[in-house]
Amino acid sequence: MTPTLQVVLVVSASLFSAGLLAVLSRRHAIFILIGIEMMLAAANLNFIAFWRFSPQSQPPTGVMIAIFSIAIAAAEAAVGLALVIAVYRHYRTTNVDHLNQLKG
Amino acid sequence: MSSATFVLIAVLTLAAALAAATLQKLMHATLSFALTLVGVAALFFLLGAEFVGLVLVFVYIGAVAVLIVFTILLTRRDVGKDRGANWGGAFLAVAVFGGLTWAILKTQSVAIVAPHIRALTVKRIGEALMTSYVWPLQCVGLLLTSALIGALVLVMEEKR
Repeated sequence: MTPTLQVVLVVSASLFSAGLLAVLSRRHAIFILIGIEMMLAAANLNFIAFWRFSPQSQPPTGVMIAIFSIAIAAAEAAVGLALVIAVYRHYRTTNVDHLNQLKG
Repeated sequence: MSSATFVLIAVLTLAAALAAATLQKLMHATLSFALTLVGVAALFFLLGAEFVGLVLVFVYIGAVAVLIVFTILLTRRDVGKDRGANWGGAFLAVAVFGGLTWAILKTQSVAIVAPHIRALTVKRIGEALMTSYVWPLQCVGLLLTSALIGALVLVMEEKR
């Protein structure tokens, strides 16, 4: 017996929820970035799963979108971590609870 | 794609993801995150997208995880612990997971097994990248260049 598309989608949904948990409950900016990356990985898993379980198309669209999505996630991580370092230089903290200068 | 391998890798991946979301030490959480990505890459291999799995390992573990470790080391003096468990966030994450799972299990059209497909070779991916996807490819190249220059500008020392 091989796994169905449902099983893969449930695995992807739990990975997404773990990322969401990290984003919502952590207070370190780096942890929040890790959570976002996990959610992006879950989305990529969905792309690949839908590509694998659908009738084949030429070109392989799902794989292409996953490759582009990985590239964009890498760019996002580079800019996000640069922002964390810039914020740390300014405020000497990466705890997002203390970054409340713009709070109304 | 055998069921036992799939379940084993999925359980390992989810355990590593939960560890990355809950461990208190920054470095341990980052290593669990890297382990999660190894698991996702293994799932890609099982699903027949070997090239994407390799790209995931190279880009995420070779670049992003190392970048995160460097950032942790550069912001080391900030040793303040995370505040305790945030029950609102945990509840919301569980609620989202429940809703998604309910929707997936209720949809009959996704209860299918994988059809037999032609192996996806790197040659086919390369042909697609150089024909139908040549404009997106150029745009991603431009985006990566500008993002890396932007990251450099952000972390440059300000001149006093």
